[in-house]
Amino acid sequence: MTFQPGQPVRVKRDFPELRGPCHIRTPHYLRGLDGTIERPLGSFANPEDLAFARPAAKVPLYHVRFDQPSLFNEGAKGDTLLVEIFEHWLEAR
Amino acid sequence: MAAPPTGDSIALLERFVAALAARGIVSEEEIATQIERTDRASPEIGARMVARAWTDPAYRALLLRDGTAAAEQMGVSMAGAPPLGVLEDSATLHHLVVCTLCSCYPRMVLGYPPHWYKSAAYRARAVRDPRGVLAEWGTVLPDGVGVRVVDSTADYRWMVLPQRPAGTEGWDETRLASIVTRDHLVGVALPSAA
Amino acid sequence: MDDTPPPATHDLGGAPRFRCTPVDPDDEAPPDAFGKRVDAIRQILARKGLLTVDEMRRGIEALPEAEYHALGYYERWLRSISGIMAEKGVIGAEDLRP
Repeated sequence: MTFQPGQPVRVKRDFPELRGPCHIRTPHYLRGLDGTIERPLGSFANPEDLAFARPAAKVPLYHVRFDQPSLFNEGAKGDTLLVEIFEHWLEAR
Repeated sequence: MAAPPTGDSIALLERFVAALAARGIVSEEEIATQIERTDRASPEIGARMVARAWTDPAYRALLLRDGTAAAEQMGVSMAGAPPLGVLEDSATLHHLVVCTLCSCYPRMVLGYPPHWYKSAAYRARAVRDPRGVLAEWGTVLPDGVGVRVVDSTADYRWMVLPQRPAGTEGWDETRLASIVTRDHLVGVALPSAA
Repeated sequence: MDDTPPPATHDLGGAPRFRCTPVDPDDEAPPDAFGKRVDAIRQILARKGLLTVDEMRRGIEALPEAEYHALGYYERWLRSISGIMAEKGVIGAEDLRP
Protein backbone atom coordinates (compact mmCIF):
# COMPACT_ATOMS: atom_id res chain seq x y z
CA MET A 1 0.00 0.00 0.00
CA THR A 2 1.55 3.24 -1.18
CA PHE A 3 -0.70 5.91 0.32
CA GLN A 4 -1.73 6.54 3.92
CA PRO A 5 -4.91 8.14 5.27
CA GLY A 6 -4.55 11.93 5.33
CA GLN A 7 -1.94 11.97 2.60
CA PRO A 8 -2.34 14.65 -0.09
CA VAL A 9 -2.60 13.19 -3.59
CA ARG A 10 -3.31 14.32 -7.11
CA VAL A 11 -5.39 12.45 -9.67
CA LYS A 12 -3.32 11.96 -12.80
CA ARG A 13 -4.20 14.31 -15.60
CA ASP A 14 -4.41 11.57 -18.17
CA PHE A 15 -6.93 10.94 -20.93
CA PRO A 16 -6.61 7.34 -22.15
CA GLU A 17 -9.76 8.02 -24.18
CA LEU A 18 -7.44 9.74 -26.68
CA ARG A 19 -5.39 6.58 -27.18
CA GLY A 20 -8.12 4.20 -28.27
CA PRO A 21 -10.83 1.96 -26.81
CA CYS A 22 -10.65 1.86 -23.05
CA HIS A 23 -12.72 1.50 -19.89
CA ILE A 24 -11.79 3.71 -16.97
CA ARG A 25 -13.36 4.28 -13.57
CA THR A 26 -11.71 7.62 -12.87
CA PRO A 27 -14.29 10.29 -13.68
CA HIS A 28 -13.25 12.93 -16.20
CA TYR A 29 -14.15 15.76 -13.82
CA LEU A 30 -11.47 14.65 -11.33
CA ARG A 31 -8.48 14.33 -13.67
CA GLY A 32 -5.61 16.50 -12.51
CA LEU A 33 -7.33 17.56 -9.26
CA ASP A 34 -5.94 17.52 -5.74
CA GLY A 35 -7.48 15.38 -3.03
CA THR A 36 -6.67 13.66 0.24
CA ILE A 37 -6.58 9.95 1.00
CA GLU A 38 -9.51 9.11 3.29
CA ARG A 39 -8.76 5.40 3.70
CA PRO A 40 -7.61 2.33 1.78
CA LEU A 41 -10.43 0.06 0.55
CA GLY A 42 -8.50 -3.10 -0.27
CA SER A 43 -7.28 -4.36 -3.63
CA PHE A 44 -9.39 -5.23 -6.65
CA ALA A 45 -8.77 -6.59 -10.13
CA ASN A 46 -8.03 -3.74 -12.51
CA PRO A 47 -11.30 -2.90 -14.31
CA GLU A 48 -9.34 -1.49 -17.25
CA ASP A 49 -8.25 -5.06 -18.04
CA LEU A 50 -11.37 -6.87 -16.83
CA ALA A 51 -13.42 -4.87 -19.33
CA PHE A 52 -11.53 -6.52 -22.19
CA ALA A 53 -11.33 -9.98 -20.59
CA ARG A 54 -7.56 -9.59 -20.18
CA PRO A 55 -5.70 -10.98 -17.17
CA ALA A 56 -6.23 -8.34 -14.49
CA ALA A 57 -3.79 -7.68 -11.65
CA LYS A 58 -5.15 -6.56 -8.31
CA VAL A 59 -4.67 -2.86 -7.66
CA PRO A 60 -5.07 -1.03 -4.34
CA LEU A 61 -8.22 1.08 -4.20
CA TYR A 62 -8.61 4.19 -2.04
CA HIS A 63 -11.39 6.44 -0.90
CA VAL A 64 -10.14 9.90 -1.83
CA ARG A 65 -11.72 13.09 -0.50
CA PHE A 66 -12.03 16.30 -2.52
CA ASP A 67 -13.28 19.81 -1.84
CA GLN A 68 -16.69 19.87 -3.58
CA PRO A 69 -17.21 23.58 -4.41
CA SER A 70 -13.88 23.84 -6.23
CA LEU A 71 -14.86 21.05 -8.68
CA PHE A 72 -17.22 23.24 -10.71
CA ASN A 73 -17.04 26.52 -8.80
CA GLU A 74 -20.48 25.70 -7.45
CA GLY A 75 -21.81 24.40 -4.17
CA ALA A 76 -21.44 25.30 -0.52
CA LYS A 77 -18.19 25.99 1.27
CA GLY A 78 -16.98 23.02 3.30
CA ASP A 79 -18.90 20.39 1.32
CA THR A 80 -16.83 17.42 0.20
CA LEU A 81 -16.77 14.56 -2.29
CA LEU A 82 -15.61 10.99 -1.68
CA VAL A 83 -14.58 8.83 -4.64
CA GLU A 84 -13.03 5.37 -5.09
CA ILE A 85 -9.83 5.74 -7.11
CA PHE A 86 -7.32 3.08 -8.07
CA GLU A 87 -3.70 3.58 -7.04
CA HIS A 88 -2.31 3.80 -10.56
CA TRP A 89 -4.40 6.95 -11.07
CA LEU A 90 -2.89 8.70 -8.04
CA GLU A 91 0.38 10.52 -7.45
CA ALA A 92 1.80 12.02 -4.25
CA ARG A 93 1.93 15.79 -4.02
CA MET B 1 -39.54 8.98 -17.60
CA ALA B 2 -38.69 5.47 -18.64
CA ALA B 3 -40.12 4.64 -22.06
CA PRO B 4 -41.14 1.05 -22.77
CA PRO B 5 -38.61 -0.98 -24.76
CA THR B 6 -38.83 -0.69 -28.52
CA GLY B 7 -40.05 -3.56 -30.68
CA ASP B 8 -36.47 -3.93 -31.91
CA SER B 9 -35.23 -4.39 -28.36
CA ILE B 10 -37.90 -6.94 -27.51
CA ALA B 11 -37.05 -8.90 -30.66
CA LEU B 12 -33.32 -8.71 -29.89
CA LEU B 13 -33.92 -10.00 -26.37
CA GLU B 14 -35.89 -12.99 -27.63
CA ARG B 15 -33.22 -13.83 -30.24
CA PHE B 16 -30.56 -13.53 -27.53
CA VAL B 17 -32.47 -15.76 -25.10
CA ALA B 18 -33.10 -18.31 -27.85
CA ALA B 19 -29.39 -18.39 -28.75
CA LEU B 20 -28.34 -18.81 -25.11
CA ALA B 21 -30.93 -21.56 -24.62
CA ALA B 22 -29.99 -23.38 -27.83
CA ARG B 23 -26.38 -23.52 -26.66
CA GLY B 24 -27.35 -24.69 -23.21
CA ILE B 25 -25.99 -21.55 -21.53
CA VAL B 26 -29.09 -20.05 -19.94
CA SER B 27 -32.54 -21.64 -19.68
CA GLU B 28 -35.95 -20.01 -19.23
CA GLU B 29 -36.19 -21.77 -15.89
CA GLU B 30 -32.93 -20.22 -14.69
CA ILE B 31 -34.16 -16.79 -15.76
CA ALA B 32 -37.42 -17.23 -13.85
CA THR B 33 -35.57 -18.39 -10.72
CA GLN B 34 -33.17 -15.47 -10.96
CA ILE B 35 -35.97 -12.91 -11.32
CA GLU B 36 -37.70 -14.39 -8.29
CA ARG B 37 -34.50 -14.12 -6.27
CA THR B 38 -33.77 -10.55 -7.39
CA ASP B 39 -37.35 -9.46 -6.62
CA ARG B 40 -36.84 -10.46 -3.00
CA ALA B 41 -34.31 -7.67 -2.37
CA SER B 42 -35.94 -4.42 -1.25
CA PRO B 43 -35.18 -1.31 0.81
CA GLU B 44 -36.81 -3.04 3.78
CA ILE B 45 -33.57 -4.99 4.20
CA GLY B 46 -31.48 -1.83 4.37
CA ALA B 47 -34.04 -0.27 6.73
CA ARG B 48 -33.81 -3.25 9.09
CA MET B 49 -30.01 -2.97 9.09
CA VAL B 50 -30.21 0.72 9.98
CA ALA B 51 -32.78 0.13 12.74
CA ARG B 52 -30.60 -2.54 14.24
CA ALA B 53 -27.52 -0.30 14.08
CA TRP B 54 -29.50 2.38 15.95
CA THR B 55 -30.27 0.00 18.80
CA ASP B 56 -27.27 -2.34 18.90
CA PRO B 57 -23.79 -0.73 19.18
CA ALA B 58 -22.00 -3.97 18.30
CA TYR B 59 -24.05 -4.33 15.11
CA ARG B 60 -23.45 -0.67 14.26
CA ALA B 61 -19.68 -1.23 14.57
CA LEU B 62 -19.90 -4.28 12.32
CA LEU B 63 -22.06 -2.43 9.78
CA LEU B 64 -19.50 0.36 9.46
CA ARG B 65 -16.51 -1.98 9.43
CA ASP B 66 -17.88 -4.64 7.08
CA GLY B 67 -21.25 -3.95 5.46
CA THR B 68 -21.16 -7.29 3.65
CA ALA B 69 -20.86 -9.24 6.92
CA ALA B 70 -23.58 -7.09 8.47
CA ALA B 71 -25.92 -7.87 5.56
CA GLU B 72 -25.13 -11.58 5.83
CA GLN B 73 -26.04 -11.40 9.49
CA MET B 74 -29.50 -10.18 8.47
CA GLY B 75 -29.88 -13.27 6.29
CA VAL B 76 -28.93 -11.68 2.96
CA SER B 77 -26.79 -13.86 0.71
CA MET B 78 -23.91 -11.66 -0.43
CA ALA B 79 -22.04 -14.39 -2.32
CA GLY B 80 -20.86 -13.02 -5.64
CA ALA B 81 -22.12 -9.54 -4.81
CA PRO B 82 -19.82 -6.51 -4.69
CA PRO B 83 -18.70 -5.49 -1.19
CA LEU B 84 -21.14 -3.28 0.69
CA GLY B 85 -19.77 -0.13 2.30
CA VAL B 86 -21.78 1.89 4.82
CA LEU B 87 -21.15 5.57 5.53
CA GLU B 88 -22.40 7.07 8.77
CA ASP B 89 -24.02 10.47 8.97
CA SER B 90 -23.21 12.62 11.99
CA ALA B 91 -24.38 15.88 13.53
CA THR B 92 -22.03 17.70 11.13
CA LEU B 93 -21.89 15.46 8.04
CA HIS B 94 -24.48 14.08 5.60
CA HIS B 95 -23.73 11.60 2.80
CA LEU B 96 -25.35 11.56 -0.65
CA VAL B 97 -24.65 8.59 -2.94
CA VAL B 98 -24.48 8.80 -6.74
CA CYS B 99 -22.77 6.90 -9.55
CA THR B 100 -21.74 9.38 -12.23
CA LEU B 101 -20.25 6.75 -14.58
CA CYS B 102 -23.11 4.24 -14.62
CA SER B 103 -25.57 3.47 -11.84
CA CYS B 104 -23.83 1.40 -9.16
CA TYR B 105 -26.34 0.78 -6.39
CA PRO B 106 -26.43 -1.54 -3.35
CA ARG B 107 -29.07 -3.76 -4.92
CA MET B 108 -28.57 -6.62 -2.48
CA VAL B 109 -29.98 -4.50 0.35
CA LEU B 110 -32.09 -1.95 -1.57
CA GLY B 111 -33.47 -3.88 -4.55
CA TYR B 112 -33.71 -2.43 -8.06
CA PRO B 113 -32.60 1.21 -8.33
CA PRO B 114 -35.35 3.76 -8.98
CA HIS B 115 -35.38 5.42 -12.38
CA TRP B 116 -34.29 8.83 -11.08
CA TYR B 117 -31.10 7.33 -9.63
CA LYS B 118 -30.14 6.18 -13.13
CA SER B 119 -31.16 9.43 -14.82
CA ALA B 120 -28.60 11.64 -16.54
CA ALA B 121 -29.80 14.64 -14.49
CA TYR B 122 -29.17 12.98 -11.13
CA ARG B 123 -25.80 11.61 -12.23
CA ALA B 124 -24.69 14.94 -13.67
CA ARG B 125 -25.94 17.23 -10.90
CA ALA B 126 -25.28 15.34 -7.65
CA VAL B 127 -21.54 16.10 -7.75
CA ARG B 128 -22.01 19.64 -9.05
CA ASP B 129 -24.94 21.00 -7.04
CA PRO B 130 -25.68 18.47 -4.29
CA ARG B 131 -27.78 20.83 -2.21
CA GLY B 132 -29.85 21.70 -5.27
CA VAL B 133 -30.49 17.99 -5.82
CA LEU B 134 -31.45 17.54 -2.16
CA ALA B 135 -33.90 20.43 -2.56
CA GLU B 136 -35.77 18.43 -5.21
CA TRP B 137 -36.74 16.14 -2.34
CA GLY B 138 -37.48 19.11 -0.12
CA THR B 139 -34.45 18.15 1.93
CA VAL B 140 -32.78 21.06 3.68
CA LEU B 141 -29.95 20.23 6.05
CA PRO B 142 -29.71 21.88 9.44
CA ASP B 143 -27.10 24.63 9.74
CA GLY B 144 -23.62 23.31 10.31
CA VAL B 145 -24.15 20.05 8.43
CA GLY B 146 -21.77 19.53 5.53
CA VAL B 147 -22.64 17.46 2.48
CA ARG B 148 -20.34 14.65 1.46
CA VAL B 149 -21.18 13.39 -2.01
CA VAL B 150 -20.10 9.79 -2.58
CA ASP B 151 -19.41 9.03 -6.26
CA SER B 152 -19.60 5.26 -6.50
CA THR B 153 -16.99 4.59 -9.17
CA ALA B 154 -15.46 1.21 -8.51
CA ASP B 155 -15.92 -2.03 -6.62
CA TYR B 156 -18.00 -1.02 -3.60
CA ARG B 157 -21.69 -0.34 -3.35
CA TRP B 158 -22.51 2.37 -0.80
CA MET B 159 -25.36 2.81 1.63
CA VAL B 160 -25.93 5.65 4.10
CA LEU B 161 -26.47 5.09 7.82
CA PRO B 162 -28.61 8.13 8.70
CA GLN B 163 -28.79 9.66 12.14
CA ARG B 164 -31.53 8.35 14.37
CA PRO B 165 -34.17 11.08 14.44
CA ALA B 166 -35.29 12.79 17.63
CA GLY B 167 -38.59 11.58 19.04
CA THR B 168 -37.82 7.88 18.54
CA GLU B 169 -36.59 7.23 22.07
CA GLY B 170 -37.71 3.84 23.33
CA TRP B 171 -38.85 2.60 19.90
CA ASP B 172 -38.14 -1.04 19.06
CA GLU B 173 -36.31 -2.18 15.92
CA THR B 174 -39.47 -2.92 13.95
CA ARG B 175 -40.91 0.52 14.58
CA LEU B 176 -37.60 2.20 13.79
CA ALA B 177 -37.28 0.24 10.53
CA SER B 178 -40.76 1.41 9.51
CA ILE B 179 -39.62 5.05 9.22
CA VAL B 180 -36.53 4.32 7.11
CA THR B 181 -36.99 4.44 3.34
CA ARG B 182 -34.87 3.91 0.26
CA ASP B 183 -34.41 7.68 -0.08
CA HIS B 184 -32.78 7.83 3.36
CA LEU B 185 -30.41 5.02 2.48
CA VAL B 186 -29.26 6.83 -0.69
CA GLY B 187 -29.10 10.12 1.21
CA VAL B 188 -31.57 12.27 -0.73
CA ALA B 189 -33.79 12.62 2.35
CA LEU B 190 -33.57 12.36 6.14
CA PRO B 191 -35.74 10.11 8.31
CA SER B 192 -38.05 11.68 10.86
CA ALA B 193 -40.23 10.36 13.67
CA ALA B 194 -43.41 11.81 12.17
CA MET C 1 -3.62 25.39 -25.33
CA ASP C 2 -6.07 23.07 -23.65
CA ASP C 3 -5.72 19.50 -24.86
CA THR C 4 -8.49 18.18 -22.60
CA PRO C 5 -10.86 15.99 -24.61
CA PRO C 6 -14.58 16.19 -23.79
CA PRO C 7 -15.89 13.60 -21.33
CA ALA C 8 -17.20 10.35 -22.78
CA THR C 9 -20.98 10.07 -23.14
CA HIS C 10 -21.45 7.95 -20.02
CA ASP C 11 -19.07 10.07 -17.91
CA LEU C 12 -21.81 12.41 -16.69
CA GLY C 13 -20.43 13.94 -13.47
CA GLY C 14 -21.06 17.68 -13.68
CA ALA C 15 -22.20 17.54 -17.33
CA PRO C 16 -23.40 21.09 -18.22
CA ARG C 17 -25.99 19.64 -20.60
CA PHE C 18 -28.03 18.35 -17.64
CA ARG C 19 -27.24 21.16 -15.24
CA CYS C 20 -30.75 22.58 -15.36
CA THR C 21 -32.63 19.31 -15.84
CA PRO C 22 -34.80 18.59 -12.81
CA VAL C 23 -34.57 15.26 -11.01
CA ASP C 24 -38.03 13.87 -10.40
CA PRO C 25 -38.20 12.10 -7.03
CA ASP C 26 -41.46 10.42 -8.03
CA ASP C 27 -39.93 8.87 -11.15
CA GLU C 28 -39.62 5.37 -9.77
CA ALA C 29 -40.30 3.34 -12.92
CA PRO C 30 -39.48 -0.09 -11.50
CA PRO C 31 -38.24 -2.50 -14.16
CA ASP C 32 -40.88 -4.10 -16.39
CA ALA C 33 -40.78 -7.73 -17.52
CA PHE C 34 -38.25 -6.83 -20.22
CA GLY C 35 -35.92 -5.14 -17.75
CA LYS C 36 -36.15 -7.95 -15.23
CA ARG C 37 -35.34 -10.51 -17.91
CA VAL C 38 -32.27 -8.62 -19.09
CA ASP C 39 -31.15 -8.12 -15.52
CA ALA C 40 -31.57 -11.82 -14.71
CA ILE C 41 -29.56 -12.87 -17.77
CA ARG C 42 -26.77 -10.51 -16.77
CA GLN C 43 -26.59 -12.05 -13.32
CA ILE C 44 -26.64 -15.61 -14.62
CA LEU C 45 -23.89 -14.93 -17.18
CA ALA C 46 -21.79 -13.23 -14.49
CA ARG C 47 -22.21 -16.16 -12.12
CA LYS C 48 -21.14 -18.56 -14.87
CA GLY C 49 -17.97 -16.56 -15.42
CA LEU C 50 -18.98 -15.50 -18.92
CA LEU C 51 -19.37 -11.78 -18.23
CA THR C 52 -17.82 -9.24 -15.86
CA VAL C 53 -19.54 -6.02 -14.89
CA ASP C 54 -16.66 -4.14 -16.48
CA GLU C 55 -17.19 -5.90 -19.80
CA MET C 56 -20.84 -4.91 -19.67
CA ARG C 57 -19.94 -1.33 -18.80
CA ARG C 58 -17.43 -1.20 -21.64
CA GLY C 59 -20.16 -2.34 -24.06
CA ILE C 60 -22.53 0.36 -22.78
CA GLU C 61 -19.82 3.00 -23.02
CA ALA C 62 -19.23 2.07 -26.66
CA LEU C 63 -22.80 3.01 -27.64
CA PRO C 64 -22.99 6.13 -29.83
CA GLU C 65 -24.18 9.17 -27.84
CA ALA C 66 -27.58 9.47 -29.52
CA GLU C 67 -28.29 5.80 -28.90
CA TYR C 68 -27.03 5.99 -25.31
CA HIS C 69 -29.56 8.68 -24.43
CA ALA C 70 -32.40 7.34 -26.61
CA LEU C 71 -32.32 3.76 -25.33
CA GLY C 72 -33.88 2.73 -22.04
CA TYR C 73 -31.63 1.60 -19.23
CA TYR C 74 -32.10 -2.14 -19.72
CA GLU C 75 -32.09 -1.72 -23.49
CA ARG C 76 -28.52 -0.41 -23.17
CA TRP C 77 -27.67 -3.42 -21.05
CA LEU C 78 -29.12 -5.78 -23.65
CA ARG C 79 -27.19 -4.15 -26.52
CA SER C 80 -24.00 -4.44 -24.51
CA ILE C 81 -24.42 -7.95 -23.12
CA SER C 82 -25.62 -9.55 -26.35
CA GLY C 83 -22.82 -7.83 -28.30
CA ILE C 84 -20.18 -9.01 -25.84
CA MET C 85 -21.47 -12.59 -25.86
CA ALA C 86 -21.19 -12.55 -29.68
CA GLU C 87 -17.75 -10.90 -29.52
CA LYS C 88 -16.52 -13.65 -27.17
CA GLY C 89 -18.03 -16.40 -29.28
CA VAL C 90 -20.39 -17.54 -26.53
CA ILE C 91 -23.11 -17.21 -29.15
CA GLY C 92 -22.81 -16.51 -32.87
CA ALA C 93 -23.06 -12.96 -34.21
CA GLU C 94 -25.62 -14.32 -36.68
CA ASP C 95 -27.84 -15.40 -33.77
CA LEU C 96 -28.63 -11.78 -33.06
CA ARG C 97 -29.52 -10.74 -36.60
CA PRO C 98 -33.19 -10.49 -37.58
